[in-house]
Amino acid sequence: MSKTATFERGIHPKYHKELASAKSITQAKLPLRIVVPVSQHIGAPAKPAVNIGDEVKRGQAIGSTTGFVSSPVHSSISGKVIAIADFPTSAGRMVQSIVIESDGKDEALSFIEHPDYMNLSADEIKTLIKDAGIVGMGGAAFPTNVKLSPPKEKTIDAVIINGAECEPYLTADHRLMVERPREVVEGLKIIMKSLGVKEGHIGIEVNKPDAIKAMESAASGESNIKVWPLEIKYPQGAEKMLIKAVKGREVPSKGLPMDVGVVVQNVGTALAVYEAVRFGKPLIERVVTVTGNGIKEPKNMMVRIGTLMSDVIEQCGGLVEGAVKVISGGPMMGFAQWTLDVPVVKGTSGILVLAEDEFVSTDQYSACIRCGSCIDVCPMGLNPSILSIYSEKGFYEDAKANNLFDCFECGSCAYVCPAKRPMVQFIRLAKSQVKP
Amino acid sequence: MATEAKAHELTVSVSPHVRGDETVARIMWTVNLSLLPAFIMSVYYFGPRAAFVTGLCILSAVLSEHFYQTSLKKKSSIGDGSAFLTGLLLGLNLPASVPFYIPIIGSLIAIVITKLLFGGLGYNVFNPALIGRAFLLISFPKLMTIWSEPTAQFVAMDAKTTATPLGILKEEGMAKLIEIFGDKADLYTSLLMGNRAGSLGETSVIALLLGAALLLYRGYITWHIPFSFIATVGVMAWALGGNGGLFTGDPIVHLLSGGLILGAFFMATDYVTCPSIRKGQIIFGIGCGAITMMIRLKGGFPEGVMFAILLMNCFAPLIDRGVKSKMFGAVNVNKEQKK
Ligand code: SF4
Ligand code: SF4
Repeated sequence: MSKTATFERGIHPKYHKELASAKSITQAKLPLRIVVPVSQHIGAPAKPAVNIGDEVKRGQAIGSTTGFVSSPVHSSISGKVIAIADFPTSAGRMVQSIVIESDGKDEALSFIEHPDYMNLSADEIKTLIKDAGIVGMGGAAFPTNVKLSPPKEKTIDAVIINGAECEPYLTADHRLMVERPREVVEGLKIIMKSLGVKEGHIGIEVNKPDAIKAMESAASGESNIKVWPLEIKYPQGAEKMLIKAVKGREVPSKGLPMDVGVVVQNVGTALAVYEAVRFGKPLIERVVTVTGNGIKEPKNMMVRIGTLMSDVIEQCGGLVEGAVKVISGGPMMGFAQWTLDVPVVKGTSGILVLAEDEFVSTDQYSACIRCGSCIDVCPMGLNPSILSIYSEKGFYEDAKANNLFDCFECGSCAYVCPAKRPMVQFIRLAKSQVKP
Repeated sequence: MATEAKAHELTVSVSPHVRGDETVARIMWTVNLSLLPAFIMSVYYFGPRAAFVTGLCILSAVLSEHFYQTSLKKKSSIGDGSAFLTGLLLGLNLPASVPFYIPIIGSLIAIVITKLLFGGLGYNVFNPALIGRAFLLISFPKLMTIWSEPTAQFVAMDAKTTATPLGILKEEGMAKLIEIFGDKADLYTSLLMGNRAGSLGETSVIALLLGAALLLYRGYITWHIPFSFIATVGVMAWALGGNGGLFTGDPIVHLLSGGLILGAFFMATDYVTCPSIRKGQIIFGIGCGAITMMIRLKGGFPEGVMFAILLMNCFAPLIDRGVKSKMFGAVNVNKEQKK
């Protein structure tokens, strides 16, 4: 690996990947009960397609789409629908959810397989992906089939698989690339086919040499797929940063990757696409990294969608004495949880439990000393200092004039701030007070 | 669920959930540490009185901040090291011979008027130590310009006074300056080591550079301000500082004398009062250098670093507003909007 590609600015947080990076993916126990929110994605929520008392099988659609940007949800176990009501989710909102109690049999629907999947048409592929309920599994959870259906005037010429996994602690994508590289490559080929694109890329940070090797050998027969070693830098895995590193293109402000002819998909999504198209399997399970010093046995687990976090944590030996914070996702952009009785959803890449020694209180912060560190690291080239000051003073319009809405809340500015200012909190506050 | 009992103890806050190690206190105390060599050299050349003057500045700065804040029922912020730093910098900017009330008055002006009344660290417009010094220079012009001759070896100083190199240069010219120090090489060596009259902490260039190296290494300051400041002084001294016409000046004397090194690395770089965007910092540094040289060559004072920085402090917010770092995706946006 000679030169590594990257973007400008960014930070070098402590990664702590060693807690889980060598742990092979294990199958989580069949849950006794699942809670499946009808909205696990960006876009219109699904509509429940079952009633209380209905018997369902594994893989059965229990919520159907209600619009173009929407995604169906499926049961990940066999059993009986016992409730349809609002339950808390890991994003902090109450969402209508379908609760299913397991019958212990784990009976599956019979899925329609396509051994000749590379002969399917683009539309057939997209329909299979849509019906399987596949959404971006890196966290944003945007419906994948929508991403694969760009408007006519946009020409897409490259697909990038995001294997950067730049969030500290998380290793789910890492393990997938090491253990199932061939399937990820097939997933990429299917995505390329659905878009009619000739160029495939896989970007991986160089702190995962085994993943780079595995992906390189899995893609060795494919002349149009290239593996890119990327510099270890946060937020290398943000779509815009990844495109900059791999293709050298800058997505315009307020624009989308398709504006520069690129579609980015996460490693887990590529695998899900392969399984959906090849085996007809809906998105009913995903790899979740359960990690942090607050968890007894860090693991990478294949978890059924809808399994409660408390259930998963228990299978990892439970919380240690002095665990102070549970986060859904990574430490930079994940959500802190107030209850563990929230389900793992399609976008849950990790369950991170911080112990006292990893925890930083953000209650006490001081005035901005204008050191400029945040400006030096902001990957969007913003002035986070001035954004936070405007927001603090209530000058939200001024914040907006300083490109407030270009901030994607990566948290780099807050990470480096010596005054420990809650930058992302200030920025969210301002965003909530003005229209984009 | 078994784990539910614990759930109520969980902390919920906005991301990011991990933070870097830097703190304001760590930065400020490191800057204090980086001035230790200069402080030691000041005692070496000007005797115990140097320690007394600087110590008194620090003490009054810290105490005035502490009592101002506690009397307003606020939390005392002296632990962050910034009041200490203001006192230290003020001390290093004073002559050795000042009477005891000078450090006290200077610190009060610096801390209470310049910093705390503006809202405390982060809100002040001017560098507190420099305002303290400027106030003293204007109010006590005589006391503030009595320069003792360095004696070396930490001994108590005698009463002999002399002029600073820049003073000699201004009044009597370059030839006289060289004559006083022996030859050119002796002059440069003395200036480098700090064996010359001047403010306590400004004389030893070598000690200051040692501290500056630490700050650059730790990333607490960047090259932008010091380099552009010093380079501007050098170029202007060379171009305009000579008697024989353009480009006959001696830049080295100008670089090594006065408060340039102390000012460029430790005072112009004050986070709060300089621009925070790197490109703007270069403009700021050039401005500081240009004003310094205009005062040194044409103004009424032999030295201009202090006024130059203070003047540029006024422009820092303006510079920050005018200069933007390159925004990601900005180029294409303009194209997009034209469509
Ligand atoms: S301003 Fe926004 S985009 Fe920039 S570093 Fe902060 S959180 Fe990230
Ligand atoms: S890092 Fe913090 S203290 Fe420094 S300029 Fe940014 S907001 Fe201000």
